[in-house]
Amino acid sequence: MTEKPKLGVYICHCGINIAATVDVEAVTEFAQSLPNVVVARNYSYMCSDPGQLLIKDDIQESGLNRVVVASCSPRMHEPTFRKALQEAGLNPYYLEMANIREQDSWVHQDREEATAKAKELVAAAVAKVRLLEPLTPREVDAEPAALIIGAGIAGIQAALDIGDAGFKVYLVEQSPSVGGRMAQLDKTFPTLDCSACILTPKMVDVANHPNIELLAYSEVEEVSGFVGNFDVKVRKKARYVDVSKCTGCGDCAEACRVAGRFPNEFEEGMGKRGAIYLPFPQAVPAKYTIDPERCLFLTRGRCGKSPKCVDACQPGAIDFEQKDEIVTFKVGAIIVATGFDVFDAAKKPEYGYTEFPNVITGLEMERLVSASGPTGGEILVDNGEEQIVPKEIAFIQCVGSRDQSVGNEYCSRVCCMYTAKQAHLIKDKIPDAKVKVYYIDVRAFGKGFEEFYDRVRREGIRYVRGNPSEIFKRGNKLIVKVEDTLTATPLEDEFDLVVLAVGLEPRADDRKTIDLLRLSQSPDRFLMEAHPKLRPVDTASDGIFLAGCCQGPKDIPDTVAQAKGAAASALIPLARGKVSIDAQVAGVIEDTCRGCGFCVSICPYTAIELVEINRMGHMVEVARVNEALCKGCGSCSAGCLSNSIQPKSFRDRQILPQIAALGGIK
Amino acid sequence: MSEQFKPNIVAFLCNWCTYAGADLAGTSRIQYPANVKIIRVMCSGRVNPLYVVNALQQGADGVLISGCHPGDCHYMEGNFYARRRLKLLKELLEFTGVDPRRFNMSWVSASEGHKWKEVVEKAVEDAIAAGPFDQFRRRQIGW
Ligand SMILES: Cc1cc2nc3c(=O)[nH]c(=O)nc-3n(C[C@H](O)[C@H](O)[C@H](O)COP(=O)(O)OP(=O)(O)OC[C@H]3O[C@@H](n4cnc5c(N)ncnc54)[C@H](O)[C@@H]3O)c2cc1C
Ligand code: SF4
Ligand code: SF4
Repeated sequence: MTEKPKLGVYICHCGINIAATVDVEAVTEFAQSLPNVVVARNYSYMCSDPGQLLIKDDIQESGLNRVVVASCSPRMHEPTFRKALQEAGLNPYYLEMANIREQDSWVHQDREEATAKAKELVAAAVAKVRLLEPLTPREVDAEPAALIIGAGIAGIQAALDIGDAGFKVYLVEQSPSVGGRMAQLDKTFPTLDCSACILTPKMVDVANHPNIELLAYSEVEEVSGFVGNFDVKVRKKARYVDVSKCTGCGDCAEACRVAGRFPNEFEEGMGKRGAIYLPFPQAVPAKYTIDPERCLFLTRGRCGKSPKCVDACQPGAIDFEQKDEIVTFKVGAIIVATGFDVFDAAKKPEYGYTEFPNVITGLEMERLVSASGPTGGEILVDNGEEQIVPKEIAFIQCVGSRDQSVGNEYCSRVCCMYTAKQAHLIKDKIPDAKVKVYYIDVRAFGKGFEEFYDRVRREGIRYVRGNPSEIFKRGNKLIVKVEDTLTATPLEDEFDLVVLAVGLEPRADDRKTIDLLRLSQSPDRFLMEAHPKLRPVDTASDGIFLAGCCQGPKDIPDTVAQAKGAAASALIPLARGKVSIDAQVAGVIEDTCRGCGFCVSICPYTAIELVEINRMGHMVEVARVNEALCKGCGSCSAGCLSNSIQPKSFRDRQILPQIAALGGIK
Repeated sequence: MSEQFKPNIVAFLCNWCTYAGADLAGTSRIQYPANVKIIRVMCSGRVNPLYVVNALQQGADGVLISGCHPGDCHYMEGNFYARRRLKLLKELLEFTGVDPRRFNMSWVSASEGHKWKEVVEKAVEDAIAAGPFDQFRRRQIGW
């Protein structure tokens, strides 16, 4: 640290991106005049191989020990140039960048002003780089396990991939069964495979996999730590059924005093269940659960003379004494796969969803056509007077999507295709049905989608371009009021059933996951990826990844692809067994620390503790930073009254010269 | 100050939100005045209030601090500290006779390139209204 600083300053043209607005020659000349600068050069593309070679050669030949690169944002190429320094044998943290592209040449037009600003930014970087210190990133062991939150198809697929790779997986699902929305679907577009047939085997696999610990009916309560070393706390909610004894026979559910009284969530409220239930026949784990809000014994303390389920259960699995259980474990990586909610059709009152029983959502339609659904697959609807087999059926697309009035500007990407699929399934079951689809545009972009859409139209499904304004009742028919925008004809069409192709929304309860993991949301409120193109499964936090519809609407093939991507990314720290932790952490100057503990109370990561040291024969308390926990934010530093705790690379003595350079007083 | 006074403004931006937002303004080629020069810190909570005083001492006519929106801090609560500390500082500066318009604070996220432009324009406007600053300069306070 005592050697005299010898600086190289490199000014990038970035083709003409910088050079067109900033006079790079003038900046180079100016840089040359700054203290300690040994070489100053400019070059067309500093990030290119020959550009980096310039730096490396100068380091080796002229003995540079500090480097300033004036180019694009450090958020872009800091890692590139750090690597170049390292390859030339210099500590990678002896680098400072001046952002003269994003924050200068691209935002100013006046060449004189932009050049003057570039000079100041270079001067500030030169002022700082002289005082930088060498740092060494440290490596710590990574826990060879992963946490996956949510067990829809995304979570299931990611769990299977990581489990198959030989690492431990904790798969946490908040509902009693895994499967997510896909378990509710009947057939899947565009190939019409039966959803249950392709999903159920995977559901069974996650439950039986030797490396996967399935924590169903559980919620993540706390997560702390960092990539490679997360501490997780999960609450396993009481099912009031001893899963080791329950055989899944269902005798209890039949016996339950309130059997068939409550809407079944899985059937979108169309089927009924009792207080003890299995959400659907293929549920995994195939264990019954008592709904504590519905159970007479749990809510009132008694259920007849004795609870009927207890009497009915041969193996004696019912356990009203069961309590929530807390499990804690460590993982190296986390995948968030919490899925989506469907749009609440009640928010479009003009469609009368809450008023007319024969206005239903697409998800309800899935259950209605499903052989395992509430009607056994028979399409039956209540037209307000009687149960009928509908003969005239309408679909309305984009309900709750591409609609600023409900706050959802985005396209939900699956509704066009699930409408086509459902229209086809209806035609299959009711061949003389007349089916019309009202659409704004049909988006059939995926593999096999356009072909499927063509096929459905050939089957006699009518597509009418128009966005219905209202649904009302006339006699026992529903009237859809709409303008056919291709022929500019106002229409009032009659139907027995209207299906609203509701869009996908971020889960209302995602807030708790967002707070738990410090995730960000994109403007559409879905969870935000680290980069929309190049880091689509990463989050801004190392070691935390996204998969499936929590990140944005998508169909099953895209969900599975993203889940596999997230699994591969999560496997990197697990397989390496190590993660490097940033070297730019805080350090304490123990000689001046007063031991007041101010910083301890500030640090959001509880990275600081007070320890006793011997200072010239006196035992005194001073602050000490746990470098593995410190994230280098520097909040502690701004609070310290004696300037004793300082984030490395952002110390007072490194920032103040920058301020002085920009202030401009000599 | 005769024709158009061009104030010198030093800005401290957090790496995760506003610095990224300023980069986005660049990528989107949003034009704004060249008076604001940026110092990157990891978190707005890193900004020691004395930096503001120091910048004014060293020749700045205005200081701008910007970080993640409250509640969105990459480090959970750093920007709350920043907000509390800097609010106090603003009052203190005002008490010592410094025009409060010299000191601006804002929240600009990584996706708000346009907001960054507005924030810069306001800071420049405010500093112009406050005029050149030289109150602190005669007495150099040692750090
Ligand atoms: C009506 C309709 C029809 C569709 N038809 C098709 C089709 O034919 N073909 C096709 O490819 N796609 C179709 N889709 C899209 C398909 O449903 C989705 O692509 C798929 O379900 C996304 O899976 P996922 O795992 O991301 O989310 P989900 O299926 O929503 O699963 C998320 C899981 O996470 C759990 N969870 C949520 N939060 C937490 C938490 N905090 N802790 C623990 N667990 C949590 C949930 O309980 C759920 O089990 C359709 C969608 C709809 C609405
Ligand atoms: S820099 Fe931030 S994370 Fe590190 S010790 Fe200080 S307050 Fe804690
Ligand atoms: S580092 Fe500063 S704030 Fe922390 S205990 Fe020491 S003196 Fe107090």
